[in-house]
Amino acid sequence: MRRFVIGSARNLIESSRQKYQFERSILSSPYRFLSSSPAADSPSSSSSSSSTMAHPVSLNTINPKVIECEYAVRGEIVTLAQKLQEEIQTKPDAHPFEEILYCNIGNPQSLGQQPITFFREVLALCDHPAILDKSETQGLFSADSIERAWQILDQIPGRATGAYSHSQGIKGLRDTIAAGIEARDGFPADPNDIFLTDGASPAVHMMMQLLIRSEKDGILCPIPQYPLYSASIALHGGTLVPYYLDEATGWGLEVSELKKQLETSRSKGITVRALVVINPGNPTGQVLAEENQKAIVEFCKQEGLVLLADEVYQENVYVPEKKFHSFKKVSRSMGYGEKDIALVSFQSVSKGYYGECGKRGGYMEVTGFGADVREQIYKVASVNLCSNISGQILASLVMSPPKVGDESYESYSAERDGILSSLARRAKTLEDAFSKLEGVTCNKAEGAMYLFPRIDLPEKAIKAAEAAKKAPDAYYCQRLLAATGIVFVPGSGFGQVSSWHLAF
Amino acid sequence: MGLKALDYETMNENVKKVQYAVRGELYLRASELQKEGKKYMKSTVCWGSMHFHIIFTNVGNPQALGQKPLTFPRQVVALCQAPFLLDDPNVGLIFPADAIARAKHYLSLTSGGLGAYSDSRGIPGVRKEVAEFIERRDGYPSDPELIFLTDGASKGVMQILNCIIRGQGDGVLVPVPQYPLYSATISLFGGSLVPYYLEETANWGLDVNNLRESVAQARFKGITVRAMVIINPGNPTGQCLSEANLREILNFCYQENLVLLGDEVYQQNIYQDERPFISSRKVLMDMGPPISKDVQLVSFHTVSKGYWGECGQRGGYFEMTNIPPKTVDEIYKIASISLSPNVPAQIFMGLMVNPLKPGDVSYDQFVRESKGILESLRRRARIMTDGFNSCKNVVCNFTEGAMYSFPQLRLPPKAIEAAKQAGKVPDVFYCLKLLEATGISTVPGSGFGQKEGVFHLRTTILPAEEDMPEIMSSFKKFNDEFMAQYEDNWNRSRM
Repeated sequence: MRRFVIGSARNLIESSRQKYQFERSILSSPYRFLSSSPAADSPSSSSSSSSTMAHPVSLNTINPKVIECEYAVRGEIVTLAQKLQEEIQTKPDAHPFEEILYCNIGNPQSLGQQPITFFREVLALCDHPAILDKSETQGLFSADSIERAWQILDQIPGRATGAYSHSQGIKGLRDTIAAGIEARDGFPADPNDIFLTDGASPAVHMMMQLLIRSEKDGILCPIPQYPLYSASIALHGGTLVPYYLDEATGWGLEVSELKKQLETSRSKGITVRALVVINPGNPTGQVLAEENQKAIVEFCKQEGLVLLADEVYQENVYVPEKKFHSFKKVSRSMGYGEKDIALVSFQSVSKGYYGECGKRGGYMEVTGFGADVREQIYKVASVNLCSNISGQILASLVMSPPKVGDESYESYSAERDGILSSLARRAKTLEDAFSKLEGVTCNKAEGAMYLFPRIDLPEKAIKAAEAAKKAPDAYYCQRLLAATGIVFVPGSGFGQVSSWHLAF
Repeated sequence: MGLKALDYETMNENVKKVQYAVRGELYLRASELQKEGKKYMKSTVCWGSMHFHIIFTNVGNPQALGQKPLTFPRQVVALCQAPFLLDDPNVGLIFPADAIARAKHYLSLTSGGLGAYSDSRGIPGVRKEVAEFIERRDGYPSDPELIFLTDGASKGVMQILNCIIRGQGDGVLVPVPQYPLYSATISLFGGSLVPYYLEETANWGLDVNNLRESVAQARFKGITVRAMVIINPGNPTGQCLSEANLREILNFCYQENLVLLGDEVYQQNIYQDERPFISSRKVLMDMGPPISKDVQLVSFHTVSKGYWGECGQRGGYFEMTNIPPKTVDEIYKIASISLSPNVPAQIFMGLMVNPLKPGDVSYDQFVRESKGILESLRRRARIMTDGFNSCKNVVCNFTEGAMYSFPQLRLPPKAIEAAKQAGKVPDVFYCLKLLEATGISTVPGSGFGQKEGVFHLRTTILPAEEDMPEIMSSFKKFNDEFMAQYEDNWNRSRM
């Protein structure tokens, strides 16, 4: 059989290879120098078979989009940190520090932040509803958490939290979320517009999948940006169209900049399909002013762009002069409805004051699309059947937490305020500390969970980085890690290459 | 007024090509009927305060049909969810000591409890437990570094196929009939599905000659065949592959340079004793070098099936064999974009692969619950097969494994004609009529693929055992009337 394959079928295989010549060369991108370049990658023992064909799953035969995409948040610096962590475990004196401090990622509960008690009570009861019938449970759980658990379980057919739900998520939970959105914005929300997902990230991927047909489709993304966007666009074969936030004005977003980038990309033959806005910003932390948001909405409407509003940090605003306004609220307040603007809003249980990253809970609210597009979104969601039920429940809790008068309200609000005020204090402390360092300037963190200080590296440092074949900020981060055990992400991982920054 | 941003015409074509019948037309119609609150049966099926009139047998979703979750894992995860309980002196009143101990064990493996992102591949300690499970099962060591936990096995399948498919020139061998995750994903990623037909008359057996023919045909069309999917036990067909069959398949993959994707999510669902489950990896290792060191294999498992049925948790893993290190790194990189799989499901996975032992406080209850479910599934497999075989023009292979029954419907020509008139594929037509008449919601065989002119439907064997006789008699009544109507010599009014 083997000879048959090599003999008569070889021609067919060769011609099919020529016919489908896949782009192996990696498209140049500013983020490339963060990863190791793909070298020859052969299986552990070369097969004694006389095959001259590479294995199907090897570096030069897998989907090149996989090779191309980058995700610095868990990239090279983290791999290095994990290695050092292992070394410390076996040889505590191996390095001049006792532990690795992972500041690369918004993962609050890994750094000691406590979950909101009420939420966990409800989730535990939904995980093990059998105990709801026991009298001892009253002594271990707050009364309102028991009540909320019953309420939620009644919305789940058969109270079966282990069953696949509707592919958009349990209807009753979507009702709760829609009500929460309405309470937040003052404008109605439709539960049928909500798609519960395993975190906000899968929802972003879904939209990119729908929007991107080829590399001629472009998505406007802020620079610096959270690299989920660049990674997702690369994975789906599209083109990232950057728009630059202005560091000098606190990372301001100018519509003139949006217009400029749109024109430039169109002149290159790119069809720009959507605009990503991260508000509050990641890694920059800026909170958009309402006027700014109105201009953005107007821009999207005029240019026929889908507005992808990443609003996962909506509960993380630290400065009294700024307030979060959802893009849906802004659009509706301008009198724009379903027929005027296509808007997708992303929310997550991972951030805010709840910080439940490990739960993978989130949703997207999809408005302004025709029924036929909506059907397609539903269809894609259905292939994965549904998102995890516990995450769905948590999303509904986040959007409808305890109210004044509820038994748990006082402890809930104390926990919430404690976390938020601590975050605000830490933001200020670190911002001040950074600003005092030589060669470092730091914008205020108005929101989100990050600081993005700028480092002015001396010439010699830049040269040393070049010699080490690293981006200057990546070189700095590696040196920092080796000396202190602190893990920051180089700003180039977020696209910022006009000047050097650290993100943490 | 601006331009339309995203409409049907300007959407990614691949998305439009995707079909996933499991939650398609039949399911949507059934959901509509459920909303309308239609009644079908004399006795309503009820759990708690909910009354069901539609029987959803469209998806392998045991807990939606009354199967209870196993007690022990739920106790452990509840404690992990609310660790402050562990500090409460009264916790022992409602949680047994071994659940408490196990919760502490899993919490210690996390990097900050259930609320922290874990390693993107999954919690190392849990992956170690998975590796130990695989070693106990197969007798060969397994490397935790090559095991990635995922939000359900489906996500893992999608990740791997995304790596394999570069464009429409890349073909993936998929059994027909198949679980439509494969066809949907291949469409989504713009690849080519290369079907190989299972032989219904030979108990849905796999003939290597069919494989060779399928590959040759694909290559003739200029497709590079890259991978082969096997679902063992099969979905929707239920057949369990023999060791000889698995050897043939592995040899075939070796000769044809294909990566084997072994969907083994139903490995605990075995209802006959002639062909117990053997993992693809075990057979591969048994075959020894050069094949054992050469053939690339990715094996998938889940907490959704078996006797656990924890579909809603979204917990799964894939294990890679003979995948080169730098490629493993790329797969890791893609996993890291999603940050981490959900942590509660990882704990369910740990509990599933690292079960209770004799002597543990909860052991007896756990065994009782598990056995109860498995033995009932075995009985239901038999009840359904026999029930279908007693129906006019229906022939049904025995469900050797998995969770489904896939009877063949020998539709009379007049029925096929009526379907055509109604603008429906014949088995869709039949299934819609079945739904309207009885409330039984199935998935038409066309959703899984079948030979031209042969029709089936897929149902699960999951409805409660006590409801089975009534469901089967309801089906038989509908079917026999339907068949009689369309075999009638006189031209009755069209339905």
